[in-house]
Amino acid sequence: MANPQDKKKDAGSGFVYLPLIAGWLIPGAGHFLLRKWGRGALLAASIVGMFSIGIAMQGKLYSSAKDILEMLGLAGDLGNGLLYLVSRAAGLGADQITITTGDYGTRFIVVAGLLNVIAAVDAHNLRTGRKT
Amino acid sequence: MFRPSHFAAVVLFALFASVVFGITQRDTPLRMLRYGLYCFVLFVGAAIALSWIMYFIAR
Repeated sequence: MANPQDKKKDAGSGFVYLPLIAGWLIPGAGHFLLRKWGRGALLAASIVGMFSIGIAMQGKLYSSAKDILEMLGLAGDLGNGLLYLVSRAAGLGADQITITTGDYGTRFIVVAGLLNVIAAVDAHNLRTGRKT
Repeated sequence: MFRPSHFAAVVLFALFASVVFGITQRDTPLRMLRYGLYCFVLFVGAAIALSWIMYFIAR
């Protein structure tokens, strides 16, 4: 039976940043790599659901960083990883916010990105053994 | 286009954020569920409380 020291040694071997990067690029993928299927599925459903609802509400995808608020919005959007890049490439999201729900949608997209970063860091903590 | 009411948007936001907070901030499934529910109640409760405060300020 593996003792805690062996477990810690195993946790530190290999490329420990893979779950972090995978989790950032694809929501839930970091947990899937660690065989945490239930957690990964719930995280993926929540983050992809939030991002999709934001797009469906005609939320804006930030594309430039002209002022500090746009910079912060862009940083949040980039947290969505491939979801953001694919959506930008597909021309999804509104250019200008013209309706109230568009403003809510923009916040949904930014917060989905921030939640995805939290989930990716959680996958990294699981990989390094900092969290069980 | 999806056009939920303000309250529906709050509930959806609270639901998704609470699931992520519950899973990432606690270690065991039971504690995750309890913390997720706690966050959900706080999100929605705070939105309702702030709405009433703004209602009375606006009068």
